[in-house]
Amino acid sequence: MTELATYNFAYLDEQTKRMIRRAILKAIAIPGYQVPFASREMPMPYGWGTGGVQVTAAVIGPNDMLKVIDQGADDTTNAVSIRAFFQKVSNVRVTTKTTEATIIQTRHRIPETALQAGQTLVYQVPIPEPLRFLEPRETETRKMHALEEYGLMHVKLYEDIARHGRIATTYAYPVKVEGRYVMDPSPTPKFDNPKMHQSPALQLFGAGREKRIYAIPPYTEVVSLDFEDHPFEIQTFSEPCALCGAKGSYLDEVILDDKGGSMFVCSDTDFCEDRQAEGNGDHLSANPAQAAANPAEAAE
Amino acid sequence: MRAVTQVYEGGFSDAVFNSQEVFRALMDAMASPGRVIEIGKLAAAPSPISSVAASVAATLFDHDATVWCDKSITSSAAAIGWLKFHTGLELTSNPSDAQFALIGDLQTMPSLESFAKGTPEYPDRSTTIILQIDSFNGPEELTLSGPGIKDTQGFAPSQLPKMFVDQWAANRGAFPRGIDLIFAGEGALAALPRTTRISKKEA
Repeated sequence: MTELATYNFAYLDEQTKRMIRRAILKAIAIPGYQVPFASREMPMPYGWGTGGVQVTAAVIGPNDMLKVIDQGADDTTNAVSIRAFFQKVSNVRVTTKTTEATIIQTRHRIPETALQAGQTLVYQVPIPEPLRFLEPRETETRKMHALEEYGLMHVKLYEDIARHGRIATTYAYPVKVEGRYVMDPSPTPKFDNPKMHQSPALQLFGAGREKRIYAIPPYTEVVSLDFEDHPFEIQTFSEPCALCGAKGSYLDEVILDDKGGSMFVCSDTDFCEDRQAEGNGDHLSANPAQAAANPAEAAE
Repeated sequence: MRAVTQVYEGGFSDAVFNSQEVFRALMDAMASPGRVIEIGKLAAAPSPISSVAASVAATLFDHDATVWCDKSITSSAAAIGWLKFHTGLELTSNPSDAQFALIGDLQTMPSLESFAKGTPEYPDRSTTIILQIDSFNGPEELTLSGPGIKDTQGFAPSQLPKMFVDQWAANRGAFPRGIDLIFAGEGALAALPRTTRISKKEA
Protein backbone atom coordinates (compact mmCIF):
# COMPACT_ATOMS: atom_id res chain seq x y z
CA MET A 1 0.00 0.00 0.00
CA THR A 2 2.96 2.38 -0.02
CA GLU A 3 2.79 3.20 -3.73
CA LEU A 4 -0.87 4.02 -3.98
CA ALA A 5 -1.98 5.45 -7.30
CA THR A 6 -3.05 9.00 -6.56
CA TYR A 7 -5.00 9.80 -9.70
CA ASN A 8 -8.08 8.74 -7.78
CA PHE A 9 -6.86 9.52 -4.28
CA ALA A 10 -9.76 9.13 -1.84
CA TYR A 11 -11.88 7.23 -4.39
CA LEU A 12 -13.51 10.24 -6.09
CA ASP A 13 -12.24 11.70 -9.36
CA GLU A 14 -10.98 15.28 -9.34
CA GLN A 15 -13.98 16.77 -11.13
CA THR A 16 -16.32 15.27 -8.54
CA LYS A 17 -14.17 16.60 -5.72
CA ARG A 18 -14.23 20.10 -7.23
CA MET A 19 -18.02 19.95 -7.46
CA ILE A 20 -18.33 18.83 -3.83
CA ARG A 21 -15.74 21.38 -2.69
CA ARG A 22 -17.67 24.21 -4.34
CA ALA A 23 -20.80 23.01 -2.53
CA ILE A 24 -18.95 22.86 0.81
CA LEU A 25 -17.73 26.46 0.46
CA LYS A 26 -21.28 27.64 -0.25
CA ALA A 27 -22.62 25.59 2.65
CA ILE A 28 -20.17 27.24 5.05
CA ALA A 29 -21.12 30.68 3.71
CA ILE A 30 -24.84 30.04 4.32
CA PRO A 31 -24.96 28.22 7.69
CA GLY A 32 -27.77 25.68 7.92
CA TYR A 33 -28.86 26.00 4.28
CA GLN A 34 -28.95 22.74 2.30
CA VAL A 35 -26.82 23.06 -0.84
CA PRO A 36 -27.80 20.62 -3.61
CA PHE A 37 -24.90 18.62 -5.03
CA ALA A 38 -24.46 15.92 -7.66
CA SER A 39 -24.07 13.00 -5.28
CA ARG A 40 -22.26 10.04 -6.80
CA GLU A 41 -22.80 6.35 -6.41
CA MET A 42 -20.38 5.03 -3.86
CA PRO A 43 -19.22 1.46 -3.33
CA MET A 44 -21.64 1.07 -0.45
CA PRO A 45 -25.43 1.29 -0.24
CA TYR A 46 -27.38 4.42 0.56
CA GLY A 47 -27.92 4.56 4.28
CA TRP A 48 -24.34 3.54 4.99
CA GLY A 49 -23.09 7.08 4.99
CA THR A 50 -22.50 7.82 1.30
CA GLY A 51 -23.03 11.54 1.92
CA GLY A 52 -20.54 11.73 4.76
CA VAL A 53 -18.08 9.59 2.83
CA GLN A 54 -18.22 11.92 -0.19
CA VAL A 55 -17.70 14.99 2.01
CA THR A 56 -14.76 13.36 3.79
CA ALA A 57 -13.27 12.20 0.46
CA ALA A 58 -13.41 15.75 -0.91
CA VAL A 59 -11.81 17.23 2.20
CA ILE A 60 -9.23 14.66 3.28
CA GLY A 61 -5.50 14.93 2.51
CA PRO A 62 -2.32 13.05 3.33
CA ASN A 63 -1.72 15.11 6.50
CA ASP A 64 -5.05 14.22 8.05
CA MET A 65 -5.82 11.87 10.91
CA LEU A 66 -9.24 10.28 10.51
CA LYS A 67 -11.59 8.98 13.19
CA VAL A 68 -14.90 7.32 12.33
CA ILE A 69 -17.65 6.69 14.85
CA ASP A 70 -20.97 4.90 14.66
CA GLN A 71 -23.27 5.80 17.58
CA GLY A 72 -20.22 7.00 19.46
CA ALA A 73 -18.33 3.75 19.02
CA ASP A 74 -15.14 3.26 17.00
CA ASP A 75 -15.57 -0.50 16.81
CA THR A 76 -19.00 -1.04 15.26
CA THR A 77 -19.65 -2.21 11.69
CA ASN A 78 -20.25 1.12 9.98
CA ALA A 79 -17.28 2.79 11.67
CA VAL A 80 -14.90 -0.07 10.98
CA SER A 81 -15.86 -0.42 7.33
CA ILE A 82 -15.68 3.31 6.54
CA ARG A 83 -12.36 3.60 8.35
CA ALA A 84 -11.02 0.65 6.35
CA PHE A 85 -12.39 2.22 3.15
CA PHE A 86 -10.40 5.41 3.68
CA GLN A 87 -7.29 3.52 4.71
CA LYS A 88 -7.52 1.65 1.43
CA VAL A 89 -8.37 4.52 -0.93
CA SER A 90 -6.40 7.35 0.66
CA ASN A 91 -3.83 5.68 2.85
CA VAL A 92 -4.38 8.27 5.59
CA ARG A 93 -3.56 7.76 9.22
CA VAL A 94 -6.49 6.72 11.37
CA THR A 95 -7.14 6.94 15.08
CA THR A 96 -9.80 6.27 17.67
CA LYS A 97 -8.68 9.20 19.85
CA THR A 98 -10.96 12.22 19.56
CA THR A 99 -8.15 14.58 20.54
CA GLU A 100 -5.77 13.32 17.82
CA ALA A 101 -8.20 13.39 14.92
CA THR A 102 -8.33 16.20 12.37
CA ILE A 103 -11.42 14.82 10.67
CA ILE A 104 -14.10 12.87 12.53
CA GLN A 105 -16.78 11.24 10.44
CA THR A 106 -19.79 10.47 12.58
CA ARG A 107 -23.07 8.73 12.41
CA HIS A 108 -25.39 10.25 14.96
CA ARG A 109 -23.18 11.20 17.89
CA ILE A 110 -20.87 14.06 18.79
CA PRO A 111 -17.86 12.94 20.87
CA GLU A 112 -18.07 13.66 24.61
CA THR A 113 -14.58 15.18 24.60
CA ALA A 114 -14.91 18.82 23.58
CA LEU A 115 -13.80 19.41 19.99
CA GLN A 116 -10.99 21.84 19.22
CA ALA A 117 -10.50 24.57 16.64
CA GLY A 118 -9.11 23.06 13.45
CA GLN A 119 -11.06 19.82 13.76
CA THR A 120 -13.78 18.98 11.25
CA LEU A 121 -16.79 16.89 12.15
CA VAL A 122 -18.49 15.21 9.17
CA TYR A 123 -22.02 13.94 9.75
CA GLN A 124 -23.74 11.23 7.75
CA VAL A 125 -27.28 12.43 7.19
CA PRO A 126 -30.22 10.26 6.06
CA ILE A 127 -32.90 12.95 5.63
CA PRO A 128 -31.52 16.48 5.60
CA GLU A 129 -34.85 18.30 5.35
CA PRO A 130 -36.27 18.92 8.85
CA LEU A 131 -39.67 19.77 7.36
CA ARG A 132 -39.90 16.66 5.17
CA PHE A 133 -42.22 14.65 7.42
CA LEU A 134 -44.49 17.66 7.71
CA GLU A 135 -44.44 18.61 4.02
CA PRO A 136 -43.35 15.99 1.45
CA ARG A 137 -42.96 18.35 -1.52
CA GLU A 138 -39.47 19.74 -2.06
CA THR A 139 -40.87 22.79 -3.89
CA GLU A 140 -42.89 23.66 -0.79
CA THR A 141 -40.14 23.09 1.78
CA ARG A 142 -37.79 25.22 -0.35
CA LYS A 143 -40.36 28.00 -0.24
CA MET A 144 -40.86 27.57 3.50
CA HIS A 145 -37.12 27.98 4.07
CA ALA A 146 -37.03 30.97 1.71
CA LEU A 147 -39.86 32.67 3.59
CA GLU A 148 -38.54 31.57 6.98
CA GLU A 149 -41.94 29.96 7.50
CA TYR A 150 -41.30 27.55 10.33
CA GLY A 151 -44.63 27.69 12.11
CA LEU A 152 -45.38 24.11 11.10
CA MET A 153 -42.35 22.86 13.01
CA HIS A 154 -43.56 24.60 16.15
CA VAL A 155 -47.00 23.06 15.63
CA LYS A 156 -45.36 19.65 15.50
CA LEU A 157 -43.52 20.28 18.78
CA TYR A 158 -46.72 21.66 20.28
CA GLU A 159 -48.62 18.51 19.27
CA ASP A 160 -45.96 16.54 21.14
CA ILE A 161 -46.78 18.55 24.26
CA ALA A 162 -50.54 18.17 23.75
CA ARG A 163 -50.21 14.41 23.38
CA HIS A 164 -47.39 13.55 25.77
CA GLY A 165 -47.20 16.52 28.10
CA ARG A 166 -43.67 17.30 26.93
CA ILE A 167 -41.70 17.59 23.70
CA ALA A 168 -41.28 13.91 22.89
CA THR A 169 -38.76 14.36 20.07
CA THR A 170 -35.56 12.78 21.34
CA TYR A 171 -33.36 12.62 18.25
CA ALA A 172 -33.06 14.68 15.06
CA TYR A 173 -34.31 17.50 17.25
CA PRO A 174 -34.64 20.60 15.03
CA VAL A 175 -32.27 23.51 15.58
CA LYS A 176 -32.15 27.06 14.28
CA VAL A 177 -28.76 28.11 12.95
CA GLU A 178 -27.61 31.71 13.39
CA GLY A 179 -31.20 32.84 13.81
CA ARG A 180 -32.17 31.95 10.23
CA TYR A 181 -32.39 28.36 8.93
CA VAL A 182 -34.10 25.54 10.75
CA MET A 183 -31.82 22.55 10.32
CA ASP A 184 -31.90 18.82 10.96
CA PRO A 185 -28.87 17.98 13.10
CA SER A 186 -29.03 14.40 11.65
CA PRO A 187 -30.48 11.74 13.96
CA THR A 188 -28.15 12.55 16.85
CA PRO A 189 -29.77 12.28 20.25
CA LYS A 190 -30.93 15.71 21.41
CA PHE A 191 -28.38 15.22 24.19
CA ASP A 192 -25.77 16.35 21.64
CA ASN A 193 -27.55 19.46 20.38
CA PRO A 194 -25.94 21.84 22.91
CA LYS A 195 -22.48 20.70 21.73
CA MET A 196 -23.22 22.17 18.29
CA HIS A 197 -23.70 25.65 19.72
CA GLN A 198 -20.55 27.82 19.43
CA SER A 199 -18.41 24.76 18.75
CA PRO A 200 -14.82 25.64 17.82
CA ALA A 201 -14.88 22.82 15.23
CA LEU A 202 -16.26 23.05 11.71
CA GLN A 203 -19.33 20.83 11.22
CA LEU A 204 -20.16 19.49 7.74
CA PHE A 205 -23.24 17.44 6.89
CA GLY A 206 -23.53 15.14 3.86
CA ALA A 207 -26.70 13.44 2.65
CA GLY A 208 -25.87 11.11 -0.25
CA ARG A 209 -29.26 9.79 -1.29
CA GLU A 210 -30.93 13.18 -0.83
CA LYS A 211 -27.98 14.97 -2.52
CA ARG A 212 -27.54 17.78 -0.02
CA ILE A 213 -24.57 19.27 1.83
CA TYR A 214 -24.90 21.74 4.67
CA ALA A 215 -22.62 23.15 7.33
CA ILE A 216 -22.23 24.95 10.63
CA PRO A 217 -19.08 27.11 10.76
CA PRO A 218 -17.17 27.28 14.05
CA TYR A 219 -18.51 29.69 16.70
CA THR A 220 -22.02 29.76 15.30
CA GLU A 221 -25.27 30.07 17.20
CA VAL A 222 -27.24 26.81 17.17
CA VAL A 223 -30.45 26.92 19.17
CA SER A 224 -32.80 23.97 19.72
CA LEU A 225 -36.41 24.99 19.08
CA ASP A 226 -38.61 25.13 22.16
CA PHE A 227 -41.30 27.10 23.98
CA GLU A 228 -40.95 29.48 26.92
CA ASP A 229 -43.04 27.21 29.14
CA HIS A 230 -41.51 24.02 27.71
CA PRO A 231 -37.81 24.81 27.43
CA PHE A 232 -35.46 22.47 25.59
CA GLU A 233 -34.02 19.79 27.84
CA ILE A 234 -31.49 17.05 27.21
CA GLN A 235 -31.77 13.46 28.36
CA THR A 236 -30.44 12.70 31.84
CA PHE A 237 -29.49 9.33 33.26
CA SER A 238 -30.10 8.28 36.82
CA GLU A 239 -26.98 6.11 36.97
CA PRO A 240 -23.38 6.69 35.98
CA CYS A 241 -21.66 4.62 33.27
CA ALA A 242 -21.15 1.07 34.55
CA LEU A 243 -17.63 0.86 33.12
CA CYS A 244 -16.08 4.26 33.77
CA GLY A 245 -18.45 5.83 36.26
CA ALA A 246 -18.97 8.92 34.11
CA LYS A 247 -21.91 11.10 35.01
CA GLY A 248 -23.30 13.36 32.34
CA SER A 249 -22.24 11.33 29.32
CA TYR A 250 -24.69 9.72 26.91
CA LEU A 251 -25.36 6.09 27.88
CA ASP A 252 -26.39 3.01 25.90
CA GLU A 253 -28.23 0.12 27.49
CA VAL A 254 -26.39 -3.18 27.15
CA ILE A 255 -28.41 -6.37 27.67
CA LEU A 256 -26.46 -8.84 29.79
CA ASP A 257 -28.64 -11.95 29.88
CA ASP A 258 -32.12 -13.22 29.13
CA LYS A 259 -33.40 -12.51 32.65
CA GLY A 260 -33.79 -8.78 32.18
CA GLY A 261 -30.34 -7.88 33.39
CA SER A 262 -28.74 -4.89 31.77
CA MET A 263 -26.25 -2.16 32.33
CA PHE A 264 -25.71 1.34 31.02
CA VAL A 265 -22.38 2.27 29.45
CA CYS A 266 -21.01 5.30 27.63
CA SER A 267 -21.89 5.33 23.94
CA ASP A 268 -18.60 7.15 23.26
CA THR A 269 -16.10 4.28 23.48
CA ASP A 270 -12.99 6.48 23.27
CA PHE A 271 -14.19 8.70 26.12
CA CYS A 272 -15.09 5.63 28.21
CA GLU A 273 -11.76 3.87 27.59
CA ASP A 274 -9.80 7.01 28.46
CA ARG A 275 -11.65 7.31 31.74
CA GLN A 276 -11.08 3.66 32.56
CA ALA A 277 -7.38 4.03 31.79
CA GLU A 278 -7.29 6.94 34.20
CA GLY A 279 -8.62 4.60 36.89
CA ASN A 280 -12.24 5.69 37.00
CA GLY A 281 -15.18 3.35 37.34
CA ASP A 282 -14.34 -0.20 38.23
CA HIS A 283 -17.61 -0.75 40.04
CA LEU A 284 -20.35 -2.60 38.11
CA SER A 285 -23.10 -0.87 40.03
CA ALA A 286 -25.30 -0.13 37.06
CA ASN A 287 -27.88 -2.78 37.75
CA PRO A 288 -27.91 -3.62 41.44
CA ALA A 289 -30.56 -6.33 41.04
CA GLN A 290 -28.53 -8.09 38.41
CA ALA A 291 -25.26 -7.65 40.25
CA ALA A 292 -26.72 -9.11 43.42
CA ALA A 293 -28.46 -12.00 41.68
CA ASN A 294 -25.48 -13.12 39.71
CA PRO A 295 -22.32 -11.34 40.77
CA ALA A 296 -19.98 -13.58 38.82
CA GLU A 297 -21.73 -13.03 35.53
CA ALA A 298 -22.08 -9.30 36.01
CA ALA A 299 -18.39 -8.94 36.74
CA GLU A 300 -17.38 -10.42 33.41
CA MET B 1 5.86 31.62 -29.28
CA ARG B 2 6.56 32.93 -25.80
CA ALA B 3 2.85 33.53 -25.21
CA VAL B 4 2.10 29.96 -26.20
CA THR B 5 4.46 28.36 -23.69
CA GLN B 6 3.18 30.75 -21.02
CA VAL B 7 -0.26 29.32 -21.58
CA TYR B 8 0.79 25.72 -21.11
CA GLU B 9 3.22 26.12 -18.22
CA GLY B 10 2.50 26.75 -14.59
CA GLY B 11 -0.29 24.33 -13.78
CA PHE B 12 -0.26 22.31 -10.55
CA SER B 13 2.72 19.98 -10.47
CA ASP B 14 0.53 17.51 -8.58
CA ALA B 15 -3.10 18.10 -9.48
CA VAL B 16 -4.53 15.89 -6.75
CA PHE B 17 -2.58 17.02 -3.70
CA ASN B 18 -2.02 20.65 -4.70
CA SER B 19 -5.74 21.21 -5.20
CA GLN B 20 -6.50 19.42 -1.94
CA GLU B 21 -4.06 21.71 -0.11
CA VAL B 22 -5.54 24.85 -1.66
CA PHE B 23 -9.09 23.68 -0.99
CA ARG B 24 -8.32 23.10 2.69
CA ALA B 25 -6.91 26.62 2.89
CA LEU B 26 -10.11 27.91 1.24
CA MET B 27 -12.33 25.86 3.54
CA ASP B 28 -10.49 27.08 6.63
CA ALA B 29 -10.62 30.64 5.30
CA MET B 30 -14.36 30.46 4.68
CA ALA B 31 -14.90 28.87 8.12
CA SER B 32 -12.89 31.58 9.90
CA PRO B 33 -13.53 34.82 8.01
CA GLY B 34 -10.66 37.27 7.82
CA ARG B 35 -8.02 34.80 8.97
CA VAL B 36 -5.05 34.92 6.63
CA ILE B 37 -3.96 31.44 5.56
CA GLU B 38 -0.65 30.93 3.82
CA ILE B 39 -0.33 28.63 0.84
CA GLY B 40 2.75 27.66 -1.12
CA LYS B 41 3.58 28.79 -4.66
CA LEU B 42 1.69 25.97 -6.31
CA ALA B 43 0.52 27.35 -9.65
CA ALA B 44 1.96 30.10 -11.82
CA ALA B 45 -0.14 31.88 -14.43
CA PRO B 46 0.85 34.64 -16.85
CA SER B 47 0.55 38.23 -15.63
CA PRO B 48 -1.66 39.74 -14.30
CA ILE B 49 -2.93 36.58 -12.53
CA SER B 50 -1.04 36.05 -9.27
CA SER B 51 0.19 32.68 -8.10
CA VAL B 52 -2.41 32.44 -5.34
CA ALA B 53 -5.27 33.47 -7.65
CA ALA B 54 -4.05 30.91 -10.18
CA SER B 55 -4.02 28.22 -7.49
CA VAL B 56 -7.55 29.09 -6.39
CA ALA B 57 -8.71 29.06 -10.03
CA ALA B 58 -7.11 25.68 -10.67
CA THR B 59 -8.76 24.31 -7.52
CA LEU B 60 -12.31 25.55 -8.10
CA PHE B 61 -12.84 26.11 -11.83
CA ASP B 62 -13.77 23.54 -14.44
CA HIS B 63 -16.20 23.10 -17.31
CA ASP B 64 -19.11 23.24 -14.83
CA ALA B 65 -18.11 26.69 -13.58
CA THR B 66 -19.12 29.91 -15.31
CA VAL B 67 -16.53 32.60 -14.63
CA TRP B 68 -16.50 36.33 -15.23
CA CYS B 69 -13.10 38.04 -15.45
CA ASP B 70 -12.54 41.77 -15.28
CA LYS B 71 -10.87 43.77 -18.02
CA SER B 72 -7.41 43.64 -16.48
CA ILE B 73 -7.48 39.87 -17.03
CA THR B 74 -9.45 39.58 -20.28
CA SER B 75 -7.06 42.05 -21.91
CA SER B 76 -4.26 39.50 -21.53
CA ALA B 77 -4.62 36.74 -24.11
CA ALA B 78 -2.02 34.67 -22.25
CA ALA B 79 -3.89 34.92 -18.94
CA ILE B 80 -7.22 33.91 -20.47
CA GLY B 81 -5.48 31.19 -22.46
CA TRP B 82 -3.94 29.83 -19.24
CA LEU B 83 -7.29 29.73 -17.45
CA LYS B 84 -8.94 27.99 -20.40
CA PHE B 85 -6.16 25.46 -20.88
CA HIS B 86 -5.69 24.55 -17.21
CA THR B 87 -9.26 24.64 -15.94
CA GLY B 88 -11.57 24.33 -18.94
CA LEU B 89 -13.77 27.02 -17.43
CA GLU B 90 -16.71 28.57 -19.20
CA LEU B 91 -16.27 32.34 -19.52
CA THR B 92 -19.28 34.61 -19.32
CA SER B 93 -19.56 38.29 -20.23
CA ASN B 94 -22.34 38.90 -17.74
CA PRO B 95 -21.32 39.19 -14.05
CA SER B 96 -24.83 38.26 -12.90
CA ASP B 97 -24.52 34.87 -14.68
CA ALA B 98 -21.22 34.01 -13.04
CA GLN B 99 -20.61 31.40 -10.39
CA PHE B 100 -17.15 32.85 -9.92
CA ALA B 101 -15.55 36.16 -10.77
CA LEU B 102 -11.84 36.83 -11.00
CA ILE B 103 -10.91 40.45 -10.37
CA GLY B 104 -7.43 41.81 -11.11
CA ASP B 105 -8.16 45.48 -10.51
CA LEU B 106 -10.36 46.34 -7.52
CA GLN B 107 -10.57 50.03 -8.40
CA THR B 108 -12.47 49.50 -11.63
CA MET B 109 -14.52 46.44 -10.68
CA PRO B 110 -18.32 46.59 -10.94
CA SER B 111 -20.34 46.98 -7.74
CA LEU B 112 -21.08 43.87 -5.69
CA GLU B 113 -24.70 44.47 -6.61
CA SER B 114 -24.03 43.55 -10.26
CA PHE B 115 -23.07 39.95 -9.44
CA ALA B 116 -25.42 37.01 -8.86
CA LYS B 117 -26.84 36.94 -5.34
CA GLY B 118 -28.85 33.75 -5.73
CA THR B 119 -32.60 33.42 -5.23
CA PRO B 120 -34.52 33.16 -1.95
CA GLU B 121 -35.05 29.44 -2.66
CA TYR B 122 -31.49 28.85 -3.88
CA PRO B 123 -29.19 31.41 -2.25
CA ASP B 124 -26.24 29.20 -3.22
CA ARG B 125 -26.66 30.16 -6.88
CA SER B 126 -24.54 33.22 -6.31
CA THR B 127 -21.15 34.54 -7.36
CA THR B 128 -18.01 33.89 -5.37
CA ILE B 129 -15.63 36.74 -6.22
CA ILE B 130 -11.89 36.18 -6.16
CA LEU B 131 -10.16 39.49 -5.52
CA GLN B 132 -6.49 39.75 -6.31
CA ILE B 133 -4.70 42.02 -3.84
CA ASP B 134 -1.08 42.73 -2.90
CA SER B 135 -0.98 41.86 0.78
CA PHE B 136 -2.90 41.59 4.03
CA ASN B 137 -0.96 44.44 5.67
CA GLY B 138 -3.16 47.28 4.46
CA PRO B 139 -3.28 50.68 6.15
CA GLU B 140 -6.85 50.36 7.34
CA GLU B 141 -7.96 47.52 9.58
CA LEU B 142 -11.54 46.34 9.50
CA THR B 143 -13.05 44.58 12.48
CA LEU B 144 -15.04 41.48 11.57
CA SER B 145 -17.59 39.48 13.52
CA GLY B 146 -20.12 36.77 12.76
CA PRO B 147 -20.17 32.99 12.32
CA GLY B 148 -16.70 31.47 12.32
CA ILE B 149 -15.27 34.26 14.50
CA LYS B 150 -15.02 33.78 18.24
CA ASP B 151 -15.07 37.43 19.30
CA THR B 152 -13.73 39.72 16.62
CA GLN B 153 -11.15 39.37 13.88
CA GLY B 154 -8.99 42.11 12.40
CA PHE B 155 -8.67 42.21 8.63
CA ALA B 156 -6.46 44.61 6.67
CA PRO B 157 -6.30 43.83 2.94
CA SER B 158 -4.07 46.20 0.97
CA GLN B 159 -6.87 47.02 -1.45
CA LEU B 160 -10.64 47.01 -1.23
CA PRO B 161 -13.40 47.69 -3.75
CA LYS B 162 -14.77 51.26 -3.72
CA MET B 163 -17.19 52.08 -0.89
CA PHE B 164 -16.59 48.59 0.35
CA VAL B 165 -17.99 48.88 3.86
CA ASP B 166 -21.30 50.26 2.56
CA GLN B 167 -21.48 47.74 -0.26
CA TRP B 168 -20.80 44.95 2.20
CA ALA B 169 -23.48 46.13 4.60
CA ALA B 170 -25.99 45.96 1.74
CA ASN B 171 -24.75 42.49 0.85
CA ARG B 172 -25.03 41.39 4.48
CA GLY B 173 -28.52 42.82 4.60
CA ALA B 174 -29.68 40.60 1.74
CA PHE B 175 -28.86 37.42 3.69
CA PRO B 176 -29.35 34.55 2.90
CA ARG B 177 -28.82 35.90 -0.61
CA GLY B 178 -25.47 37.48 -1.26
CA ILE B 179 -22.00 37.11 -2.70
CA ASP B 180 -18.94 35.67 -0.99
CA LEU B 181 -15.39 36.98 -1.34
CA ILE B 182 -12.04 35.25 -1.54
CA PHE B 183 -9.00 37.53 -1.22
CA ALA B 184 -5.88 36.26 -2.97
CA GLY B 185 -2.84 38.08 -1.61
CA GLU B 186 0.88 37.42 -1.86
CA GLY B 187 1.42 33.84 -0.68
CA ALA B 188 -1.80 33.75 1.30
CA LEU B 189 -5.56 33.92 1.05
CA ALA B 190 -8.54 34.92 3.19
CA ALA B 191 -12.30 34.89 2.76
CA LEU B 192 -15.37 36.90 3.68
CA PRO B 193 -18.55 34.84 3.50
CA ARG B 194 -21.84 36.76 3.28
CA THR B 195 -22.51 36.23 7.01
CA THR B 196 -19.61 38.40 8.18
CA ARG B 197 -20.32 41.81 9.70
CA ILE B 198 -17.80 44.62 9.33
CA SER B 199 -17.25 47.51 11.66
CA LYS B 200 -14.47 50.03 11.06
CA LYS B 201 -11.90 50.09 13.80
CA GLU B 202 -12.19 53.14 15.96
CA ALA B 203 -9.03 55.23 15.94
